[in-house]
Amino acid sequence: MKKLLLSSIIVIIGFTFIGRLSYLQLFRFSPDQILEDPAIKKIYDYPERGYVYDRNGELMVGNQPAYDVMVIPREAKPLDTLEFCKLLKIDKAHFISQMRKARRYSPRLPSVLVPQLSKEDYAGLQEKMRHFEGFYIQKRSLRYYNTNSAANVLGYISEVNEHDLQNNPYYVAGELKGHTGIEKQYEELLRGRKGVKHIQKDRFNRDIGPYKDGKLDTLPEQGKEIHITLDKTLQEYGERLMHGKRGGIVAIEPKSGEILAMISGPTYDPALLVGRERSKNYSKLHYDTISKPTWDRSILAQPSPGSPFKTLNALVALQEGVIDPSTKFRCYNGFYVGSTKRGCHCGGGVRDMNSGIYQSCNAYFAGTFRKIYGKYPTTDEGMDVWEKHMKSFGLGGYLGTDLPTGSPGRIPSKAYYDRAYGDNRWASSFIISNSIGQGEVAATPLQLANMTAAIANRGYFYTPHILKNIGNTGAIDPKFTEPRYTTIDREHFEPVIKGMENVYKYGTGRWVQIPGINIAGKTGTVENFVRIDGERMQLTDHSVFVAFAPIENPKIALAVYIENGYYGSRYAGHIASLLIEKYVKGEITRKDLEKRMLEKTLEHEYAKPYSGEPFKINEYVW
Amino acid sequence: MSGRGLFGRIDWLTIFLYAFLVFIGWLNIYSTTLSNPDVSILDFSTLYGKQLFFIGLAFVGIILVLSIESSFFERFASIFYIAAIVLLIGLFLFGKTVAGATSWYDLGFFNFQPSELAKVATALALAKYLSDIQTDIKNRKHQSYALLIILLPAILILPQPDPGSSLIYFSLFFVLFREGFPLYYLGVLVVIVVLFATTLMFGTVWIGIGLGVLIVLIFTFKRKSVKIPILPLIVAIVTSMLFSLSVGFVYDNVFEQRHRNRFALWLRLEKDEKKLEEIRKTIGYNTYQSEKAIESGGFFGKGFLEGTRTKGDFVPEQHSDYIFSSVGEEWGFLGTVAVILIFSVFFLRLIFIAERQKNDFSRMYGYGVISILFIHYFVNIGMVIGLLPTIGIPLPFFSYGGSSLIFFTMLLFIFLKLDSNRLKDGI
Repeated sequence: MKKLLLSSIIVIIGFTFIGRLSYLQLFRFSPDQILEDPAIKKIYDYPERGYVYDRNGELMVGNQPAYDVMVIPREAKPLDTLEFCKLLKIDKAHFISQMRKARRYSPRLPSVLVPQLSKEDYAGLQEKMRHFEGFYIQKRSLRYYNTNSAANVLGYISEVNEHDLQNNPYYVAGELKGHTGIEKQYEELLRGRKGVKHIQKDRFNRDIGPYKDGKLDTLPEQGKEIHITLDKTLQEYGERLMHGKRGGIVAIEPKSGEILAMISGPTYDPALLVGRERSKNYSKLHYDTISKPTWDRSILAQPSPGSPFKTLNALVALQEGVIDPSTKFRCYNGFYVGSTKRGCHCGGGVRDMNSGIYQSCNAYFAGTFRKIYGKYPTTDEGMDVWEKHMKSFGLGGYLGTDLPTGSPGRIPSKAYYDRAYGDNRWASSFIISNSIGQGEVAATPLQLANMTAAIANRGYFYTPHILKNIGNTGAIDPKFTEPRYTTIDREHFEPVIKGMENVYKYGTGRWVQIPGINIAGKTGTVENFVRIDGERMQLTDHSVFVAFAPIENPKIALAVYIENGYYGSRYAGHIASLLIEKYVKGEITRKDLEKRMLEKTLEHEYAKPYSGEPFKINEYVW
Repeated sequence: MSGRGLFGRIDWLTIFLYAFLVFIGWLNIYSTTLSNPDVSILDFSTLYGKQLFFIGLAFVGIILVLSIESSFFERFASIFYIAAIVLLIGLFLFGKTVAGATSWYDLGFFNFQPSELAKVATALALAKYLSDIQTDIKNRKHQSYALLIILLPAILILPQPDPGSSLIYFSLFFVLFREGFPLYYLGVLVVIVVLFATTLMFGTVWIGIGLGVLIVLIFTFKRKSVKIPILPLIVAIVTSMLFSLSVGFVYDNVFEQRHRNRFALWLRLEKDEKKLEEIRKTIGYNTYQSEKAIESGGFFGKGFLEGTRTKGDFVPEQHSDYIFSSVGEEWGFLGTVAVILIFSVFFLRLIFIAERQKNDFSRMYGYGVISILFIHYFVNIGMVIGLLPTIGIPLPFFSYGGSSLIFFTMLLFIFLKLDSNRLKDGI
């Protein structure tokens, strides 16, 4: 017993130790991942974010330096606070609270004292900086905008949020990332790839040399330059025309599907979301829930398209062979649905396709529409055929653009009506409004522009897109260079285009002719309602216009949608014609029209429903 | 005497294990203290360079010890002991204070720690006293003399303060037990420790209930023929209960907060998880960091010189007391188990050698050597892997430090020298 005592204790202790070590090293083993290891500091080397140019090579977005004033609290020596605050343009209380925050974060590590000084402030501060020990200036790169337009397209970059961090291990808290627009869509191209250096540090957080001699370190990869399809001049001009108006404008180059302009009103200067005032400005924009400047109406708003939709109904009817261009319908200053009469503003009389389009006759299209579904034994089948034709124009579904957001619009199917009214509880009279683009159909300005481009191309379109090329290589996603054919045969387009041409020559758009350019267009005047305090009110009609030009060789197809702009040619038509002239001719000949459009605002219209008083709509006075 | 010389008679297995431990110990010191790989390993401005120098000194010590006549150690054991005691007392007058403990003499090029010498001297003196033909281990008086030899240096070292080194001397009880010191002393000691810890963990009431249950069990399962002495049992129970009752008082009034914190951490007395975590990261900071380093090593370890926490100096005192954590991080489970196994084999080999001595003095001294080395190993690794509270003593042959390496070496080689002579002068 006495001889074995020590031996057995040695063996027992040996097993105890091995047991404990198995628990620590096998059971509780948590390998130091390079990201979580407290002994390895990652220093990132951020490449410059890629520049963005327009279709003509004009710079739209670049970078600018900004200067953060940093402090290492431990090294900060007593200083002339008053002078320092004056240089930094902050007050003393703010300075003291920032210093306290920095110290609480870490006395040894640098904190931002004042973020993003401008170049001018920096210049003044730079030479005096040496008086302030423990403070230094760190250069950062911010976005610089060479235009005050296209905020909705370009988007903005901001700090990554929880969600980004969870979904993408690339990002580290505090980094910047594109959150809207092309900054979001082409984030990976624009940002490049950050380089990383691994630094071994000790428990006081001091660097003691590279980790594994820098074997795991990487070099930064430059962000790519990209060219987008926008025409900077056209975009800027469009935004000036949108001044004081709400709505959306989209212009597309029909032969490529490239988006030439994408305007949402009201909008904001993209530079507002950069620099020291960013968060203040962002709140202001974000909380404006009445005019919603951050809501991109050009791709998100989905009003009823109104009369431009009639052109598609004409095409479908021709394709289905239920009418020919000379088929006539009588307009009784309206048409009858059962025993109720619905109005028409065309002036009445007998209409064929040509005058039906250019006078925008409701009765003609109601008749046409009835013939389309009348061809089939049941309304259900007719609806199916009609829906299929409409969807081939990119309506009633997402277009598949390279924009990070969008709305699908709506082409009502029979399922839609079954849901709304109950199975078989609806009849053709319920859907007759679709013939004139009112009722249940809805489309975004982008979809309207695309539809117009398809007409301009006589039967096909390219998926609208915003990326023209990356760097100097032309390679973009091949899906944007594949034509998408509509279900309408080529020969049916000419009569409709003829009608659209006459809109300008004789019809609803004759006030907006441009000398020397043949335009095909279609006006739209869209009834709309709003619910305020539970009361349904009708507001002044939306003004809608679609057009393409020149007819022979279309260079531009566009849709203009102006909220409460009254009849189609009043605002939308004029703005469309100015944009076409600007794009095709490069200059404006009708200076007085231009002046009127630039100056006129619709603020008084938008104020009406909020005034709390009874108001009139559709007033003729300018 | 056989015809073979010293080289033929010395135990090469022990020497091999010793050399191996010193070698991997140095590798780990190199890893923990390396700051600039371009500096030569012989640069004495670095700690690993210095340690290499100490290893050289230890080698000189080995030669010295092996060339001395065996009988010298037995003959002069008392003198060594008295000299060591004098040196320990001298510390109160001439001692140099390092890190709050007055444990060193300043010898210019390095600091000399007499408590290391005292370990060797006490082991020798104890063996000498017990092996004396006059001494009877069953005699109470002789028992108390033996205890005095052990406890005198421990008491002198305690106020330095160096409770860790004091604790070491208690390991010499193993020598006493080996030589026939009644084992129930050990039983009483174990009962005291268990009662102390369990009272702190569960409270006196549960101890009482536990003892009650124990008595019921004893009476239920005893054989009919066995008579339980009733009176001593009652005395034992009452004493235990009184002791248990006094624990709370001692804990609250005699111990200081830092001691209480260590117990709170060790026995997980703090029930509030948040507070426990806080204690773990403040009072238990060293252990927390060393456990983390060991954990992160996993099965295979991160590789030699690749331990990020070792390089980052996250574990304080890693080159000295916490050297084992570097083994854990860089060599993984394989490395730590290998070290445990080598130490265990080393100790068992020494016991084997001690038991084959014909000379009582050699055997007793051998047990002294094993006890001292083992208690260092046990307390040190127990602390580093978080099983025992923080007590700062080095890991033999591993930890950085000249005094400890040289005296551990001499401690061991005196025994090997004695062993090499076992056939010559067995009485």
